[in-house]
Amino acid sequence: MDYLLQQLINGVTLGAVYGLIAIGYTMVYGIIGMINFAHGDIYMIGAFISLIGLLLVGVLGITYVPLALLLVLVLAVLFTAVYGWAVERLAYRPLRGSVKLAPLISAIGMSIVLQNYVQLAQGARVKPLQPIIRGGFDLSSANADYHVTLSYLQIIIVLLTVALMAGFTAVIKATPLGRAQRATEQDMTMASLLGIDVDRVISTTFVIGASLAAVAGLIVTLYYGVIDFYIGFVAGIKAFTAAVLGGIGSLPGAILGGLLIGLIEALWSGYFSIEYKDVAAFGVLVMVLIFRPTGLLGKPEIEKV
Amino acid sequence: MRPNLRGMVKDSLAAAIVAALLAVPLLGFHLSGSAQGLTLDYRFGWVAIASLAVFCGRLALSLAGTAVGRSLRRRRQVVLPLSGRPSRIRPAVGWALVAVALLLPWTPLADRNLIDKATLLLIYIMLGWGLNIVVGLAGLLDLGYVAFYAVGAYCYALVSQQFGLSFWLCLPLAGALSASFGVLLGFPVLRLRGDYLAIVTLGFGEIVRVVLLNWQDVTNGPIGISGIARPTFFGLPLLASVPGRTTFHEFFGLPFSTDHRIYFLYYLILALALATNLFTLRIRRLPIGRAWEALREDETACRSLGIDPTKTKLSAFALGAMFAGFAGSFFATRQGFISPESFTFIESAIILAIVVLGGMGSQIGIVLAAVLLVGLPEWFRDLQQYRMLAFGGAMVVIMLWRPRGLLASREPTVRLAERPATLDAAGEVLP
Repeated sequence: MDYLLQQLINGVTLGAVYGLIAIGYTMVYGIIGMINFAHGDIYMIGAFISLIGLLLVGVLGITYVPLALLLVLVLAVLFTAVYGWAVERLAYRPLRGSVKLAPLISAIGMSIVLQNYVQLAQGARVKPLQPIIRGGFDLSSANADYHVTLSYLQIIIVLLTVALMAGFTAVIKATPLGRAQRATEQDMTMASLLGIDVDRVISTTFVIGASLAAVAGLIVTLYYGVIDFYIGFVAGIKAFTAAVLGGIGSLPGAILGGLLIGLIEALWSGYFSIEYKDVAAFGVLVMVLIFRPTGLLGKPEIEKV
Repeated sequence: MRPNLRGMVKDSLAAAIVAALLAVPLLGFHLSGSAQGLTLDYRFGWVAIASLAVFCGRLALSLAGTAVGRSLRRRRQVVLPLSGRPSRIRPAVGWALVAVALLLPWTPLADRNLIDKATLLLIYIMLGWGLNIVVGLAGLLDLGYVAFYAVGAYCYALVSQQFGLSFWLCLPLAGALSASFGVLLGFPVLRLRGDYLAIVTLGFGEIVRVVLLNWQDVTNGPIGISGIARPTFFGLPLLASVPGRTTFHEFFGLPFSTDHRIYFLYYLILALALATNLFTLRIRRLPIGRAWEALREDETACRSLGIDPTKTKLSAFALGAMFAGFAGSFFATRQGFISPESFTFIESAIILAIVVLGGMGSQIGIVLAAVLLVGLPEWFRDLQQYRMLAFGGAMVVIMLWRPRGLLASREPTVRLAERPATLDAAGEVLP
């Protein structure tokens, strides 16, 4: 029982990270209908900028941990957002309204570029980091030999994800920006006829996606303590799987999908084999898509000739 | 119109500022690792160089843009009427390419190195032509094509090692096994469209790779399989000497040379690739090929006209996979060693990029794109570390430059004799 509880805690934490990245995929897909393949690498860049930021606040002598983390968070979000914006501006905007596969190939190319850029600039070796937030609650039942811990970091991760999720749902629901986004999603031409600057809305979407990916990057840097230039690929695939699982285009779906993928992975690694956890995640995706081709919370599409 | 120099400089300055913002965190700081932990180095000179380069590049582009743009537009107009007429040039180019490929080993340019690289290039061309059946003709986006390539390679390696079957017996086996994997993948994704399909095929590719990596008993895991049997020239081994068998050079009374094998492999893959090409060209004219292309254009319309999407999609997956299986077993016999390393997602991405950059469905375009994407970087191997960076950059730039691919106009599959040809092809003409 304790073991299960520990796996659930780990799974939810992992799921929160996937969910944060998945939001970037799902929002971009919802608006311009493309898989932003470079999004996983934006998250990787977010992780690198976070790590550099963490070292930088150390150099600057800021030792009060909450302040340091807040500073790093702001830095990482800002600079990663510039990356998100620049990728859209350079590689996707010129291809808007072109054949459907063109932005996909351009995105794959961009993903290769970003990966190799970071590898060249920062070296291929794994970057380790000492844990910054230590400690947690011991949830083990009395006289059990297996210890269940819920670390402070895990609590922070889940709370942060929930807060961001709630915040962005509110933004999409109630602000002029959210209205413009929903309008663009429904019909780009019509939206631009009604005076919405479609390009700006799309840029903002990429910036938001990149910011959330940066938060995920910071979380992962703190949580696992090791990053390298390749983490974006696997996390990106998982997050996209999460977005599809939840129903692409749907914000709550992305979080739900992320949680499911995280839980499946944690439970599968805990009870069966850690090597085949990816197979389990994709297997579940295939099963869901067979029975619900639009994902769990997706709206069915109406096809016309 | 007079170019607005002031605006251009402003624009370039903005670009330089963005470049500086991009460069500061990742170029300006460097994480140098040591056993104790990480330390930070500073390299702000690099940031300055990067922003300066972006400023100059952007300015040069906008200055050139006015002139280049005009000449490009003029060229497009010349292309338009040509693409509608049945082209006599394209088959001629095709035959010329085949002739060049056939004669290449006999030219004075040819050495082992060149032939070896040409062999690698031909593998990619063959894979591109194979994937073209799935993506270009049937319009099914497949991001896991490398899985079938892997299945073919492992099939040949395992069967030849365990049962001692020759390459020529294994080849159809590998093709059949890959094709059945294609059907296996096809079944669950029949109802999916577009991007859902892409992610499932991607997942399928990853699943195959993870299984190859972890099924130690059969695949030998990450260590891979080595000592795979080399192909024989119709039963004659291409080795220095094999006890109890006549080798190739003994049979023909030639002095032994390892070149024979390289040249033989080159012709083998050339034959396989040309077979793929011929197959595609012919099947486009059969009902099944037309059904694929109809399905690509509109699935709902297809269904209402009585085309069975299930059969059509599955056959496209199976046939595309079959050619990947052939290419895979060739790859295994050429390398003599395979491991899951060779079958990562990046390979699928390269093959898909070749198909899309070639101009979806254009056979010669695929050759061109393969030469650009695989051939050229191969010649610059000395710049190893910048190779993938340049590769990714090239993918983006070519896509921006020609979003419909290098050779965009497709030959119409069917031509009605009584109508002028230009009308038939109206849908295929450039915008």
